[in-house]
Amino acid sequence: MSTLPLSPAAIALNRFGLGVRPGDALPDDPKHWLHAQFDRFDEKPAVFAALADAGALLQNYQDQQRAARQMVPVTLPHPPAAPTLSAIPRPAGLQPPTASGAAPSPNAMRAAIRQDFGQDAQALYRAAIQARMQSALQTDAPFVERMVHFWSNHFCVSADNTQTTAFVGAFERDAIRPHVLGRFEDMLIAVEQHPAMLIYLNQINSAGPNSPFALGVARRNPAKRPGLNENLGREIMELHTLGVRSGYSQTDVTEFSRALTGWSVGGALAGGRRDATSPDTFFFRAPLHEPGTRTIVGKTYDQPDDGQARAALVDFAAAPATATHVATKLARHFAGDAPPPALVARLAASYTRHRGSLPELYRTLIASPEPWVRTPQKFKTPWEWTVSALRGLGRTDLGQMQVAGMLGQLGQPVWKPGSPAGYDDIAASWAAPDALLRRVELAQRLVAPIGDRLDARDLGPRLIPASFSPATADQVGKAESPGAALALLLVSPDFLRR
Amino acid sequence: MLLPRRRFLSFAALGAGAFWVSPRMALAAVETERRFVFIIQRGAADGLNIVSPYADPAYASLRGALAIDPAKAIKLDGTFALHPSLVQIGQMYAQHQALFVHAVASPYRDRSHFDGQHVLETGGTAPYQVGDGWLNRLVAMLPRARDEAIAFASTVPMALRGAADVTSYAPSALPQPSDDLLLRVGQLYAGDGQLGPLWNAALAARGLAGGASARQDPASLGKLAAGFLAKPQGPRIAMIETGGWDTHTGQDGRLSAQLKALDMMVAALRDGLGPVWAQTTVLVATEFGRTAAANGTGGTDHGTGSAAMLIGGAVRGGRVVADWPGLSAANLYENRDLRPTAGLDAVIAGAAAEGLGLDPDQVGRRLFAQGGGRPVTGLVT
Repeated sequence: MSTLPLSPAAIALNRFGLGVRPGDALPDDPKHWLHAQFDRFDEKPAVFAALADAGALLQNYQDQQRAARQMVPVTLPHPPAAPTLSAIPRPAGLQPPTASGAAPSPNAMRAAIRQDFGQDAQALYRAAIQARMQSALQTDAPFVERMVHFWSNHFCVSADNTQTTAFVGAFERDAIRPHVLGRFEDMLIAVEQHPAMLIYLNQINSAGPNSPFALGVARRNPAKRPGLNENLGREIMELHTLGVRSGYSQTDVTEFSRALTGWSVGGALAGGRRDATSPDTFFFRAPLHEPGTRTIVGKTYDQPDDGQARAALVDFAAAPATATHVATKLARHFAGDAPPPALVARLAASYTRHRGSLPELYRTLIASPEPWVRTPQKFKTPWEWTVSALRGLGRTDLGQMQVAGMLGQLGQPVWKPGSPAGYDDIAASWAAPDALLRRVELAQRLVAPIGDRLDARDLGPRLIPASFSPATADQVGKAESPGAALALLLVSPDFLRR
Repeated sequence: MLLPRRRFLSFAALGAGAFWVSPRMALAAVETERRFVFIIQRGAADGLNIVSPYADPAYASLRGALAIDPAKAIKLDGTFALHPSLVQIGQMYAQHQALFVHAVASPYRDRSHFDGQHVLETGGTAPYQVGDGWLNRLVAMLPRARDEAIAFASTVPMALRGAADVTSYAPSALPQPSDDLLLRVGQLYAGDGQLGPLWNAALAARGLAGGASARQDPASLGKLAAGFLAKPQGPRIAMIETGGWDTHTGQDGRLSAQLKALDMMVAALRDGLGPVWAQTTVLVATEFGRTAAANGTGGTDHGTGSAAMLIGGAVRGGRVVADWPGLSAANLYENRDLRPTAGLDAVIAGAAAEGLGLDPDQVGRRLFAQGGGRPVTGLVT
């Protein structure tokens, strides 16, 4: 197959950026074009500011549940001893039916409130996904916007339960976006203190086994003594910072998890009481904190309260293992599925030298030769492909298009990888038979509203500047209709890769 | 309460509050009448509550409120009982079509899901030591009926990635592209080393699927898999991915729902396969087990030893295979987990070989060259 080497402009726009829009001017100096985006990145675009407030949604739900509970005695099992945001014993579908004409039972009422909350959370999740795509289409800083998506996947929360579903858009907006041009350490702390993460990885349920709270419960009922949940502690070390197999032990995980006890969110307390805090803010619950000094990866932490885990996080952020972990993922994202060791080493050195400064890290990346290799290095993920396709077709607003459903069909539901490891960033995870057919199906649907308003023969060389392959140009020129030609362009080898 | 957190893609169930995670399937076609299905439980399934050692004196105290009540469970023998949600699988056990291997583990001994799954799927002894999947190498050991094999899901799981062609299929809700577009895409990909083979495989899988239902619930997926496997020209090896087993909190309800879904899927697979069930071996396995003791939040944390299942008409079932290490404090692995006394690799090698009529030692060497140990034979007829 005849192909042309990719032009530096094509690499800047497609590999570093999110894809060309038909009206975009070609950058004369691709590296300068990337650097200049640091100054014009919009941290809080209007589309995000307009989203409903997840904390208010949750607060409203908790208030309603409390009201329902107080109205009539509840026959359901007691909520678990540790504070949880809500005690939801079983799915709504399993509630006993109400006899016709009778007043709704307390259980039925609570189920209805829960169902409403579930629908509100879904609506908010879908609206946030629309906002994310809207921002990706409209941004003038597509490289920085790509880095938002990158970090959001690195520190991922997955919308697998109702509360995380409600918060996941706010997580990216409030914990990732403000720090994408800041320091890794600050992003790390914002991420680990965000309600979405504290809920998703069960931190709000974890209690120090010797904390005042646990001892108090144990005095009343020794069988119900609350204790540790290692989930967040382990994934911070394994996925967010040091990286797996970097030398820490199970004891380190347990010790760090003890240090984290008390990290929680505001709002509802066990027993239905409520304090002045809000469920969408970090809140340290001192009675849950395991007392004492901790030893984590050979270092002693004797700070009081939430300062203990915070100090460990600061050390994790500064650790050489974290520099290598972050550098490896960044290199893989831009220079190929098997990241070049020289690039990884250079990025890690930059990370360490500049104390986790992300703009410096990006500068090192842009200045390196490896991400500028003139053959495609990456097979686009479904998200990347959809963003670039909509940009390529000149969409600036989404209209009736539902992004959540589209990405679900393509096999990459937004903010829902089903695991705290996030989505894979290698071709083997995305280039598969059925996945290709899905893209062809969706391409046909995306071009349907365009008709003949765009000529694929002109568009091709604009989307892949100075490097559009003659073979693709040939097939596009022979398609049976303007729409078929556009769809073909979107699923061409040139456009599937970056 | 928190719902399962490790889920896999669920296109149809997007937003549906279902406990069960839409499983994904991958299939491979080979020249044999026997069928082998691997169901992976991603997230570390709790073997100690799935096949509970009710006779072990330490079990009830370690698990406290989480312990499975033996009176409600399905008694398997004098030591073990099956989780009450596994009704149909319990019946298969009674009909000698299901067996359980307990205190089993892959060679992996740390507690990362992602590394653990990589070891389980590749057959290495350490993460990222082996670059392809053991199920793919198994496909390569069989005489091929055609050039390509098939995958059921948009993408191909690690265990099936490798040199042998494997395609993928999952029901799509998107409109069918025009014939002209399909034709031109085919021409465009023909010269592309990566896209060309994937495209041909995709079209073949769509052809084989015919008018399969697009439903994603466990019973429909079992039926869909059976539909592919029962076809004379269809694939002989299948992989089904399930997620949602990582029960750090609220384990009781979640594990029950997960197991009920598994039970429905296996039953639908059996019913859909009809007479072919007699030649079928289904392996159910997870990357590692969970802590022997309950944690402080109504769940369990990452552990080591777990339980695996072999189910099917070809299985010599009706027994629990275990060299039980005991759950007393002195016997726990690293003072917290069920100590593994059986190698999962050896179980897989034996079951896959006998399930497909291959030589166990040869299969063991090919699939787990790094030290799977001697294959466990006699599990499948």
